[in-house]
Amino acid sequence: MNQKSVSGGLGINGRRTVSYIVLAIVSFLCLFWFYVLFINCTRSHSELTKGFTILPSTHALENLYNIFHGSLPVIQGMINSLIIAASCAVLTTYFSAMTAYAIHAYDFKLKKFMFTFILLIMTIPTQCNALGFIKLVDRMGMDDTFWPLIIPSIAAPVTFFYIKQYMDSALPLSLVEAARIDGSGEFRTFNSIVLPLLKPAIAVQAIFSFVGSWNNYFTPALILHTNEKKTLPILLAQLRGADFLKFDMGQVYMMIAFSIFPVILVYLLLSKHIVQGVALGGVKG
Amino acid sequence: MKKKSNVVKYNKWGYIFLIPFVVTYLIFSLIPLVTTFYNSFFECYQSGLNQIGPNFVGLENFKKLLSTPDIWIYAKNTIIMWIMGFVPQIIVSLVLAAWFSDPSLRLKGQRFFKTVIYLPNLIMASAFAMLFFTLFSTTGPINDILLNLGIITERYDFIGHVWSTRTLIAFMNFIMWFGNTTILLMAGMMGIDPALFEAAQVDGAKPGQIFFQITLPLLRPILVYTLITSLIGGLQMFDVPQILTNQTGNPSRSCMTLIMYLNRHLLSKNYGMGGALSVILFIITGILSIIVYKITDKKD
Repeated sequence: MNQKSVSGGLGINGRRTVSYIVLAIVSFLCLFWFYVLFINCTRSHSELTKGFTILPSTHALENLYNIFHGSLPVIQGMINSLIIAASCAVLTTYFSAMTAYAIHAYDFKLKKFMFTFILLIMTIPTQCNALGFIKLVDRMGMDDTFWPLIIPSIAAPVTFFYIKQYMDSALPLSLVEAARIDGSGEFRTFNSIVLPLLKPAIAVQAIFSFVGSWNNYFTPALILHTNEKKTLPILLAQLRGADFLKFDMGQVYMMIAFSIFPVILVYLLLSKHIVQGVALGGVKG
Repeated sequence: MKKKSNVVKYNKWGYIFLIPFVVTYLIFSLIPLVTTFYNSFFECYQSGLNQIGPNFVGLENFKKLLSTPDIWIYAKNTIIMWIMGFVPQIIVSLVLAAWFSDPSLRLKGQRFFKTVIYLPNLIMASAFAMLFFTLFSTTGPINDILLNLGIITERYDFIGHVWSTRTLIAFMNFIMWFGNTTILLMAGMMGIDPALFEAAQVDGAKPGQIFFQITLPLLRPILVYTLITSLIGGLQMFDVPQILTNQTGNPSRSCMTLIMYLNRHLLSKNYGMGGALSVILFIITGILSIIVYKITDKKD
């Protein structure tokens, strides 16, 4: 309603001003928290108790040194998170492309059924079968290992759907035909001709898959028990659970910054592709 | 004849390429789902050090689960916090998407703004929740700032009160998801035939009229899609309230969500009740998923 009266009563310049003001407020709401985090992770505990300042201080390295030598295995946690997230990104994109290629390039009896089936399971949350999942992992002897967090990423309906849509617009079947005439085997065609053509889509989905796994808290918290195997989100939960006042607040902020800023950095470098990717993947225009 | 056999020869590769997906899905999703359903019919939990069950009890777990007030309280909490986050999210996203895609407005710095509003979506939810916990704690910087500005006269315990805690959780969800929704809605708006807008402008329609009479009705399928997928996501709300309230859902369980409840059953190895809760969640999200499927299918 507000939108109507505002835009009805103002000229084009007025409307433009209003949109810039709203955009500025919204951007502030998105960035403010990370700005405060940035300032506070550079300050020492005693500085932090004196109240908030606008400018950063000089204790960043000291805080970083302290969390690396503290009671939580932060570096190990980051390595664990990295291993799991990177493996997931590779498996998800490669096998989703393979699945999408099966549906895209071949005609077989169950094709329509499989496509419908994958679309149907796309939105069903993993939490619904978590109970059976931990029982299965237990019985397979994979409890407290990385495998149950990595292998299931081979079957990723959302990534499949995105790559399938990309194939519809960017992978002409005549190309596959030509490869066949040249005597290339189906598997080789997929690896050396189809995959390179899908690079843009695969890059976007690799980022999403990496970030999704990096941020995941629910499943790893049920599977990983040993301190040395835990990922960053579990360590953060532990930090939250510990008696808060005993902590050096500079370290707490540095620990949060340590989990957030690498992702922000990568995002800023790749933001153009990511934002475009979201728009492409959601709904067909 | 020869050509046909060739096609068949190639098409068997369709099945071969599907093997990794199907096998993985079968083992790590379908079998666990069946086990979860199976477990929901058994009494199986630990009482102190004693293992009770598993004994077959039919639908007893469901009866017990649905007749205690707990699940209804947690369902209510989940829905309340979802609505508190979704309403501002859809309004802000619609307005921003309309501005971004309005050619007469010619907004500068669009890429910058899109980058900024999408940023929170990629942040680790548990780290974001931990950050809000420290920022909004009684000794934290938000209290410092509010005191300095004279907005409050004594420190306010944000996560000690029901509605301030719920608001924080809903606000975090809003911040994390409105950028994503904006970009999706914008893609939808770009897909609308520009001739429609031009015709309306020639007829003297005001920007507000164009928005409500043309953009919104044509956007309806995408809006419904956004609503339902957001509801499915809302039902899975876990990381933020779990970390912010330190797994308790306090104050007085007002921020305990359904998945936090499930997580509690899983950790205490109460598989009967956990199974029943999972089945109920599966049925609800299953129905919602079919609706999403119907919408996307119609569009193709």
